[in-house]
Amino acid sequence: MSVGFFQSQPVLTALIVGALVSIVSGLVGVFTVLRRQSFAGHALADLGAVGGSAAFLLGISQLWGFVGAGILAAGLMEVVGIKRVQGRDVATGIIFGLGLGFTALFLYWDTTIKNASNAAISVLFGSLFVIDSSVIPLVLALSAVAVAIIVIVYRWLLIDSLNQDLAAVRHIPVRLVGILFLVALALAVELSALTIGAVLSTALLIGPAAAALRLTKRVGVAAVIAMAIAVGSTWLGILISFDSYAWFGGGHNWPVSFCIVAVVFIAYLLSGIALPVRARRARLVL
Amino acid sequence: MTATPVETTAPAPVLEARGIGVWLSGRRILHDVSFAVQPGEFIGLIGSNGAGKTTLLRVILGLQRPTSGSIEIGGKHPGHGAEVVGYLPQKVALDSDLPLRARDVVALGLDGQKLGIPLPSAKRTALVDDMLAAVDATSFADARVGLLSGGQQQRVLIAHALISRPRLLLLDEPLANLDIRSSSEIVELLARVSRERGVAVLLSAHDLNPLLPFMDRIVYLEGGRAVSGTSDEVVQSDVLTALYGRRVDVLRVEGRVLVVAGPDEAHGHDE
Repeated sequence: MSVGFFQSQPVLTALIVGALVSIVSGLVGVFTVLRRQSFAGHALADLGAVGGSAAFLLGISQLWGFVGAGILAAGLMEVVGIKRVQGRDVATGIIFGLGLGFTALFLYWDTTIKNASNAAISVLFGSLFVIDSSVIPLVLALSAVAVAIIVIVYRWLLIDSLNQDLAAVRHIPVRLVGILFLVALALAVELSALTIGAVLSTALLIGPAAAALRLTKRVGVAAVIAMAIAVGSTWLGILISFDSYAWFGGGHNWPVSFCIVAVVFIAYLLSGIALPVRARRARLVL
Repeated sequence: MTATPVETTAPAPVLEARGIGVWLSGRRILHDVSFAVQPGEFIGLIGSNGAGKTTLLRVILGLQRPTSGSIEIGGKHPGHGAEVVGYLPQKVALDSDLPLRARDVVALGLDGQKLGIPLPSAKRTALVDDMLAAVDATSFADARVGLLSGGQQQRVLIAHALISRPRLLLLDEPLANLDIRSSSEIVELLARVSRERGVAVLLSAHDLNPLLPFMDRIVYLEGGRAVSGTSDEVVQSDVLTALYGRRVDVLRVEGRVLVVAGPDEAHGHDE
């Protein structure tokens, strides 16, 4: 390990923010896979980028830009109907295309009007090492909200993903469960957009969860494993990125987002090897 | 309508449907459907596809508001006393990678409507184990529910519905997609739990043969109208022929009763 890893303030901030974001992504990710809503996660990431890129123009923090747009997008999806979004309806696809179009426009203005030359990289691919430590309390608060939602409606989410009628006959407010979950999903996606970027945020959401679900047949255990894989991948990615400064003659850090996503992918591959043979026979893997 | 003599001491029905009518997007689905279910009765809700069976069950559950008529469950309107109703929906698709064991699905039947993460408790485990044993599901209690066979999944879902001790169990086409052996095992199981636990069972099906040996009564639904009576009253060639609008034969072979659709005389098809 390079000298100065733990003495560096940006690294400490990255480790703390990265861990919080990973915990949320791992937990929410398990339910995203369970509810087959990973496409909704992609949608929230695309639309969140509009807010992230507009933040430079409005002079607000990038996190508020992401989260504001993400929550708005979640509300939009609730109105359009999550079933249509999941069905990858043509209308949904066109709206996401428009979202990315606006992101391109705002990023162009960020560079030309606000002279924020780093905006594109920061919004699309993350800015973990340049996050200001003052953002930690807000990240902590938003993470707590997302985790609280999942913990509180844990059983409702499970029955609802088993069968919606089974939930309805138990007087579980199915629509409210859907809305609450979309809010938690938006928070998870936008928090990780801040760290590894809007384009890559769903990797941290889906990868650890998918790996964990291969390893256990219990939801609670899967959630714990997914959170551990997410935190481990993020920390290892940060370390690799930090150390890469000295590689190949030195002078440049490899992008931390790439390092994290690469570790997540390796964890997913390893989980496939660990799959019990019996389960592997029962379905196709990869 | 029913051969059972109504005595003054007769217990209140678990379910009473009076003149239920349902219109959905300009189509009349149910028309003046009336029947009652007594405690512990095993009733088949029989009708062809599209006869309105699912709609009727959804009305009873309070998931669908009737256009006319009323439902009382244990003397209350649906949605208010529905704790007394267990339900098994049609075609519950359980994915093979769903991270739930059979016992988790049953436990969700016990307290799934509560908030928060369930804490492990010996009492909860014991209740779930008893329920799993009651539906002969102990041997696959720890298996992923999505990897079980259709018949095994039905047992788990029946346990999920029964563990909250309902007085009425509604099942929507639980025998569809099951082979002959599994479907007769499920019917025997339902008849047994109905008897042992005093649960009234209302089960919808389009084929009544597997149910004939166990049913106390039949509610026949066709074209949105219902006829109810004992098996002997309804399972008659002329009654069924009138209901289905095509020839139906009732055969009695070695003490067993079989219902067979005859050739479609109206169109003269040779099927």
